[in-house]
Amino acid sequence: MDWLYVLMPISGVDIFWPGLIILGLGVGIIGAFFGMGGAWMVTPGLNILGFPMAFAIGTDIAHMAGKSLISTLRHGKFGNVDYKLGVVMIAGTVVGFEIGAQMIMWLERIGRVDVTVRYMYLVLLGFITWLVFSDVIKRLRMEKEARKAGKEVDKLARGIEWHKTFHKIKIPPMMHFKMAGVTCTMWLPIFISLLTGWLAGILGIGGGLLRMPALLYFVGCPTHVAVGTDLFEVAISGLYGTASYTYKGRTELVAAMIMLIGASVGAQIGAVATKYVKGYGIRIFFGFAVVVCAVSIICKLIAAANPDVRVLFDTLATVLILGMVAAMSTYIFALFVRGVKKELADKKARQGK
Amino acid sequence: MRKVWIKLTVLLSFLFIVMPGKALAAGGGGELIVIVADTRRFTGAMAWWTDMYNDSHLLFALATIIIIPVVGVIMGVIADVVMSRIGIDLKHRELAEH
Repeated sequence: MDWLYVLMPISGVDIFWPGLIILGLGVGIIGAFFGMGGAWMVTPGLNILGFPMAFAIGTDIAHMAGKSLISTLRHGKFGNVDYKLGVVMIAGTVVGFEIGAQMIMWLERIGRVDVTVRYMYLVLLGFITWLVFSDVIKRLRMEKEARKAGKEVDKLARGIEWHKTFHKIKIPPMMHFKMAGVTCTMWLPIFISLLTGWLAGILGIGGGLLRMPALLYFVGCPTHVAVGTDLFEVAISGLYGTASYTYKGRTELVAAMIMLIGASVGAQIGAVATKYVKGYGIRIFFGFAVVVCAVSIICKLIAAANPDVRVLFDTLATVLILGMVAAMSTYIFALFVRGVKKELADKKARQGK
Repeated sequence: MRKVWIKLTVLLSFLFIVMPGKALAAGGGGELIVIVADTRRFTGAMAWWTDMYNDSHLLFALATIIIIPVVGVIMGVIADVVMSRIGIDLKHRELAEH
């Protein structure tokens, strides 16, 4: 069974290549469906496959850049990417990220910050979970009330509409983002990207997990456009990350390429699946992914605080994340298959008339 | 295809404009440790690749950031062709929240 293993040229380890393709496929589906890079899902997977930690992060980012580019192109064709909004946000993301990263280095110099950062991450994930699910509940309530009154709720109506308050700020220059259908002061997306970039810099993450809900609830993008635009940002930041890690010699390109084989298919499936799922379906899925991420961090915190149970809880965190990748990607794939079948059947019926 | 190239050009332009800031923001991308690839175990393209890694990380990084988006676009286009062969409408979707 030697043919199932490939020798990595830089790290010098033998890796089970079908595992890389499967991991790429799973995370490709989820990433393109939610609009995030998913580094927090890939790194533990690469570690399990036998990658040294020094190479896991760099390889993950390299594959993420390619995968997000594929997803952006696909979402772009559907009209899900607001490139203008993405470009406006880049400056804020970069400056915010820089401030956050510098701040965390300064904090590290004055003391240990690992646990504090994890707690902060947890609070943030808790807030996002609350935001997503309270929005879903409000929207369901709206529908129930409308049904009672014999009316119908608008297709684009939302439960939480904080963005409307932010849109009242009229500081020039005002900008219109056509794909997102949003008109607001240019400073709103810049400030939001600065904030999410700053948080991502402090937490040491890519930021897709924060930017996607920020685009939904603060900027007011429709769900599909938030997903596509966020992927555009992930693709760009992924390329910078790749440059940075590769320059330090921490990227295994061969592995990233093998992962891309699975991810290119996965990214297409995930992106096309959004066509068959309504915005709130994506939000609910996203909410569950955030919950799993939060639980895995709780496991890591318990492991860090109790050396006796460290192995148990570290393993539990990895199992949780990989289990979620397997379950969610399978479910999204099933949605994709069902949607395609229905579309083809409708097409056939139209041609038959 | 022209649109794809325009988008790719825009993406790459941003890469070169914002790269230095982002690289710094990433905290340097890990601690400085010297890793040397064992070239004796490879022949052909793999040997060339490991040699490049040992010779210059800069060239290695440049090659990587060119290869990744190019391969991404190629694989995306191939997957796109396969998807359109199935018969799915890949250009339209209904925007609805519920």
